[in-house]
Amino acid sequence: MIEVVAPGPYATVQDLGRPGYGHLGVPRSGAADVPSLRLANRLVGNPEGAAGIELTFGGAVLRFRDGAWAALTGAACPVVLRGASAGMYAPFWVPAGGELRVGAPMTGLRTYVAVRGGVDVPPVLGSRSADSLSGLGPDPLAPGLVLPVGPSAGLPPIVVDAAPPPGDAPGVLRILPGPRDDWFTPGALAALCAEPYEVSQDSNRVGVRLLGIPLERARSGELPSEGMVAGALQVPPDGRPIVFLADHPPTGGYPVIAVLASGDLAAAAQLRPGDRVRFRL
Amino acid sequence: MSGGPGAGAPPDGAPVRAAGEHGLLVETGSLEVSHRLDALLRTDRPAGVTEIVPGPATVLVVAPGAEPGPLRSRLAAAARAARAPDPDGAAPGRLVTVPVVYDGADLDEVAALSGLTAGEVVERHTGRELVVGWLGFAPGFAYLTGLDPALHVPRLATPRTSVPAGAVAVAGPYSAVYPSASPGGWRLLGRSPMPVWDVAADPPAVLTPGTRVRFRAVTG
Repeated sequence: MIEVVAPGPYATVQDLGRPGYGHLGVPRSGAADVPSLRLANRLVGNPEGAAGIELTFGGAVLRFRDGAWAALTGAACPVVLRGASAGMYAPFWVPAGGELRVGAPMTGLRTYVAVRGGVDVPPVLGSRSADSLSGLGPDPLAPGLVLPVGPSAGLPPIVVDAAPPPGDAPGVLRILPGPRDDWFTPGALAALCAEPYEVSQDSNRVGVRLLGIPLERARSGELPSEGMVAGALQVPPDGRPIVFLADHPPTGGYPVIAVLASGDLAAAAQLRPGDRVRFRL
Repeated sequence: MSGGPGAGAPPDGAPVRAAGEHGLLVETGSLEVSHRLDALLRTDRPAGVTEIVPGPATVLVVAPGAEPGPLRSRLAAAARAARAPDPDGAAPGRLVTVPVVYDGADLDEVAALSGLTAGEVVERHTGRELVVGWLGFAPGFAYLTGLDPALHVPRLATPRTSVPAGAVAVAGPYSAVYPSASPGGWRLLGRSPMPVWDVAADPPAVLTPGTRVRFRAVTG
């Protein structure tokens, strides 16, 4: 059991989400930065899809009632355990009663805490993810909440000492045009790639909202609602694109000018308000 | 890569657009064709497909594990098959009868807006079969198409902060049964005692795309 002493600004339980229910109006949800959650799980010998904790801007204090192996990945934070520094990207043992204190990241936004055995809250539609849009899954972490940890018997041994930390954030995200780039003026894709956009304060797990050159539509009227993918750059009438993340609605009525390359979705999920980001075709 | 306008559009009139590396958006042009294509793909699901999401004029297929070229050809062929007139007449979806207690907070206002009596609103709402077009807004929230045009009323100017689960409502050309409590701007005609969303059920939604729906007036 892990007791949440302090969750930091926003923390949730996440696994790989609920794929396959989009046609029933259910967002996929799951870790915003999937490769980081997978890595954290591998470091403690979990299946990659085990549930962990996704911290936003770090800042959490977690008390382990029982001893357990843990690992942190994603946005690098100072991590202190019993007065000593515990590193990122490496498995470490937390003794019973140990308190893990996670500071704020210097760069990046989301940090993942994996515990050997996985966070064992009851699954909903096959997933333990907290979906901020639909409310499915467990509530966000709050002080005093106790998270059960699954059994570690039968898991493979921990064989990795440390994983290389991720490189610097790319600052440039690759996009593929469409599916609705023909709803925009001929210069709109060029405008999207011309100047950096700034990440707005009202970004969240649904999407990264961007401030910058508005993208101009060539067509008026309404697009019939259609299926949306993670990484889609949806453009509402104000012309400012929103990059859809894990909790994006499964359907939407604003045209999508382009979609992020799948390899850059994790980097988008690490953008924090005030960051500047460029797009490249 | 050249990224001129229309780069994500179909290259040769084929009705399949790329939505990133793993998504293909098939243009169907109509809800009926969307439903037929959705049914075709669910019956004989191509390898690697994780999501099939029908909309009023499209079906989105997400397939992180598939070869895009062959899948694109397969979807184009399936879309052609779905567009062809059905020899047996359209195979109808399953029919669900939804009981409704017509005591909604907006029933009288909908009557006033539509120039009908409250009783006539109920008659119109129960008088024809509706079809689940697609789901969105919330898990299990089905947009029911085929509503009597007399009942096409605008949404509330100010949405309610909470609409209870089971509320039966109309807005624009659609009707819906709220699957769970949520904020909502649709006008409430009544409430249904029949749950339409249950995360413990498989599937969790009663009203799936293509399902035919008949409302029936019951007393509370």
